[in-house]
Amino acid sequence: MKNQLDFEKPIFELQSKLEELKKHPEAHSLGVSFEEEIQKIEAKLAETRKQIVSNLTAWQRVQLARHPKRPFTLDYLQNTFSDFSEIHGDRLFAEDRAMVGGFARLGEHRVMVIGTQKGRDTKENILRNFGSAHPEGYRKALRLMRLADKFGLPIITIIDTAGAYPGIGAEERHIAEAIAVNLREMMLLEVPTIAVVIGEGGSGGALGIGVADRVLILENAYYSVISPEGCAAILWKDRAAAPKAAEALKITARNLLELGLVDEVVPEPLGGAHNDPTAIGATLKQLLLNHLGELQKFPAAERLKQRYNRFRAHGHFVEKQPSPQPAAA
Amino acid sequence: MGTTTFTKKTLGLENGEPAVTPPPAPTAETTFVKKPKLAAGKSKKREIPEGLWTKCKRCSTMVFDKELDENLKVCPHCQYHFPLGARERIHSLVETCSFEEMDAEMLSADVLQFTGISTYTSKLADYQKSTGQKDAAITGIGRIGEHRAGLGVMDFSFLGGSMGSVVGEKLTRLIEKSTEKGLPVIIISTSGGARMYEGMFSLMQMAKTCGALAYHAKAKLPYISVLTDPTMAGVMASYATVGDLIIAEPGAMIGFAGPRVIKDTTQAELPPGFQTAEFLLDHGLIDAIVPRKEMKEQLIEYLDYLTVGMKQAAAAG
Repeated sequence: MKNQLDFEKPIFELQSKLEELKKHPEAHSLGVSFEEEIQKIEAKLAETRKQIVSNLTAWQRVQLARHPKRPFTLDYLQNTFSDFSEIHGDRLFAEDRAMVGGFARLGEHRVMVIGTQKGRDTKENILRNFGSAHPEGYRKALRLMRLADKFGLPIITIIDTAGAYPGIGAEERHIAEAIAVNLREMMLLEVPTIAVVIGEGGSGGALGIGVADRVLILENAYYSVISPEGCAAILWKDRAAAPKAAEALKITARNLLELGLVDEVVPEPLGGAHNDPTAIGATLKQLLLNHLGELQKFPAAERLKQRYNRFRAHGHFVEKQPSPQPAAA
Repeated sequence: MGTTTFTKKTLGLENGEPAVTPPPAPTAETTFVKKPKLAAGKSKKREIPEGLWTKCKRCSTMVFDKELDENLKVCPHCQYHFPLGARERIHSLVETCSFEEMDAEMLSADVLQFTGISTYTSKLADYQKSTGQKDAAITGIGRIGEHRAGLGVMDFSFLGGSMGSVVGEKLTRLIEKSTEKGLPVIIISTSGGARMYEGMFSLMQMAKTCGALAYHAKAKLPYISVLTDPTMAGVMASYATVGDLIIAEPGAMIGFAGPRVIKDTTQAELPPGFQTAEFLLDHGLIDAIVPRKEMKEQLIEYLDYLTVGMKQAAAAG
C-alpha cells in the first residue's frame, strides 16, 4: 500500500485483515461466524492506533505532518469553512498558487482565509510549487490581509509549508523583504487574527503569515526554525541525523505548548488528521469559533497590545550572571 | 608565503551556522581570512619581527595590520572589506565617549537544553571566551555627528552572528527605547540567520523585532538598516529588510536562502555576483552601497534628511 509510513504498518496490517474478514459472507461454508473475530480486530485496531500515536517520536510526527494524504489548506476550506471565494494575485507580478486566499464563512462569520497550499500529486505539486511560496505569495497574503483589515473581516491564516521557496527568482524579487514586511504589518492589523499550523510550519516561510493574536497547531504538526534535515546537515554534518535534530529542536505541538509558543493544540482523530479529514475539520471549526469569539470581545487597541506583548514575551536569557565566577577572567 | 595568514578555522558552524529556511551554505564568500588580535596567544611565531601582516582575501596583497586597522579593516589596495567587530564598528561611527551601552550583561540561556554534537552551553562558553563578547549584538544609544540615535551592531565572530533571544531582546529594547525617546535607529547587521540552538524562540525574535519596528515606524521615526558581509536568512527576513533606508557595504553577501541550497533545490546555475550587495542594488532591492570609510558621513547625511520632520514637529509643539 502506498502512502503509508513505517510506524503505521501495524495499523494497515490489521486493516487489511479486517477487510478480508468482512469480505466473507456472513456465515462461512463451515458455519463459523466471523462476527466475534471482526469485533476483536476492530478493538485491537483502535488500541494499536492509540498506542502508536501516543508514543510517536518527534521525527515520526514530522512524517505525519508531511503525510501525503494529510488534509491541506483547501481541504479545510471545505471542511472547516464554507462558501470559499478565492481571490487571486499580488497585483504586482504573478499569481502564486502556493499561497491561496479569499473570502469564506466560518459558521456565521464572514472571514478572510489565507494559507499555503501543497499538491497531492506531481502535477498539482508543480502548480503549487510543493507548498513553497515565492515573494508574490507573501505579497498576495499581505494584500488580502490589508483588504480584510480595511473592511473589518477577521483573518485566519493556515500554515502548511516546508518553507519559502529557495530560488533565484525568489531572491531577485526579494523574498526576505516580502516576509519581513508581513511580520511588521501583521503586528498592526486591527481585526482579530488567528494562525493555525496544520502540517509543516517551516521557519520564516511559515512565520511570514504567522503573526497573529492566537497561534494554534494541530497535534501532529510541527513548527520549527529550520527543517530537521537542515539542522542535522549543519550540526551533525549528516542529514540522516534528522530524527535527533527533530528531538533537539523541540518542534512538536506538545513541546511548543509547553514552551508557551502556541496557544492551543488541536487534537487530531486517532492515527492522524488524514484518517478523518471531516472530523478534524469540524474540531478546528469549533476551536476557531471559540477563539474568534474571545478575541472579538476586546476592542482593537487592546487586541493589538496583547498581540504585541504575546510576541514580545518570547525569548529566554539571563540578565546577570547567577553568581560571580572567579575562574572567568 | 612566509607570512602570517590566519584563515579562521572552520568549526563547521560559523559559515552556515544558524539559519532560517534553508541554511546558507558555506561558500568561499563567507569564509573569512581573519586576523586574530595581537594579544591572541595562539598565533604561530614567525620570522617577521614586530607586528603582523594579513593577506587580503581578494587581491592577495600583504597588508600591514596597523595600516589595515587604521583603514577600518578595508584593504588599501583593492578595497576588500574585512569583517569588522561590533566594538570596532561602534568606535568607527559614534562620537568619542557618547555611546551608552544597554544590556551589556545579557547572556543567552539554553532553554531547550540543546544537545547536538556539542551542547549549546559549551558552544556559548567557547565563543564567549574566544571573542570576549557576551553574545552576537551590542546595543546602545550614542551620538553620530549631531544626531543621537539608537545603535545596534551585530558581530559575526560570535556564533556566526546568529540571532537568538539575546540578539532579539537587545534589539527590541533598543528599538522600544528609541521609540520612547523619539530617536532614530540604526542597525548594522551581519548574521547567518536565526540561532538553531534556541529553536522556535529564535524564529520568534523575527516577529518581535519587526513588531517593535512597526511601532517605531508608526511614530514616524527613521530606521536605517546597514547590511554587512554576510547578512542572510532570518535576520534578512526580518529587521534588516524593513529599514526606511537599506544600505550595504561593497561586496557584502546578502540574501535569504543560502546559495548551495538554492543550487540544490533548483539545479540552476547561479548568475554571476548572485546575492552580493551589487546584485541587490542592480535588482532594485537596496538603496545604496556605501564604503565603510564613508559610512559615518553618509549616515549623518541621511539622518540630516530623515530628521527634518521630527525637528519641525518638535519646533511646532
